[in-house]
Amino acid sequence: MKIGVVTFPGSLDDTDAQRAVRLAGGEAVALWHGDHDLKGVDAVILPGGFSYGDYLRCGAIARFAPVMTEVVAAAQGGMPVLGICNGFQILCESHLLPGALIRNDHRTFICRDQVLKVENASTAWTSVYSVGQEITIPLKNGEGGFVADNDTLDRLEGEGRVVFRYVDVNPNGSLRDIAGITNERGNVVGLMPHPEHAVEDLCGPGTDGLGFFTSAVQAFVGA
Amino acid sequence: MPRVIVDVMPKPEILDPQGKAVHGALPRLGFTGISDVRQGKRFELEVADTSTETLAEIHKVAETLLSNPVIEDYTVRVDG
Repeated sequence: MKIGVVTFPGSLDDTDAQRAVRLAGGEAVALWHGDHDLKGVDAVILPGGFSYGDYLRCGAIARFAPVMTEVVAAAQGGMPVLGICNGFQILCESHLLPGALIRNDHRTFICRDQVLKVENASTAWTSVYSVGQEITIPLKNGEGGFVADNDTLDRLEGEGRVVFRYVDVNPNGSLRDIAGITNERGNVVGLMPHPEHAVEDLCGPGTDGLGFFTSAVQAFVGA
Repeated sequence: MPRVIVDVMPKPEILDPQGKAVHGALPRLGFTGISDVRQGKRFELEVADTSTETLAEIHKVAETLLSNPVIEDYTVRVDG
């Protein structure tokens, strides 16, 4: 299975995401923000970082990158798309996911190993987890506060589209402790914490993040 | 060349941590009597004319790029 990882100017975690894909048994394909080309991939990851220097708003300019035209169309057609941190911000700015990410309520950058509770294990990126399972993966952001109006939050909760919630600590002021969400179809997932930094025992808090990538690979193999 | 101003502000119900930080700094500098601060952005757009069509287009620009309607409101006005 080919999983594309988009590199924008200012992306930081694209090579980590590619490595995570390979460790999960997939083929990582580098995609470039300036190309109208998904190179025949079966899924796409928008990695973390500071695309376009976070100018204007996080993800606001990346949304209009040439490659995003293809990513949005593919996502609407059902292709699995995962947005991590800055990638989550880009998915919200692209209206592939509802809500927005604003500056952390405590106004400081935060970097910690974060416990998350899995609340939806039927998305393209979470099928190897089980509902209620707790996983620990790194979190590092300055603008990770998830906000949306109450109707949207009620709808997300009512439709089971909250995929992850923060456990013990709400690290950034996200409403209702929401760490990650999905679209109606379950193929697009965005979250602030970084699963690609928890895929090997050598570094990071463990391997709890690998399941994101094996979920996508297994779904493809099984399909 | 005419100029059009687009002001973008966080919606009232959205937390504004930057405004809060500025507000928190005021008493430390000896400024009292300011009960709240909200921080937004101002865009100055140089345009060839300020026709209805141009302004309609600027509204579109403000809505799609300069602001995020989920968290921000904007206003458009011709300068001067």
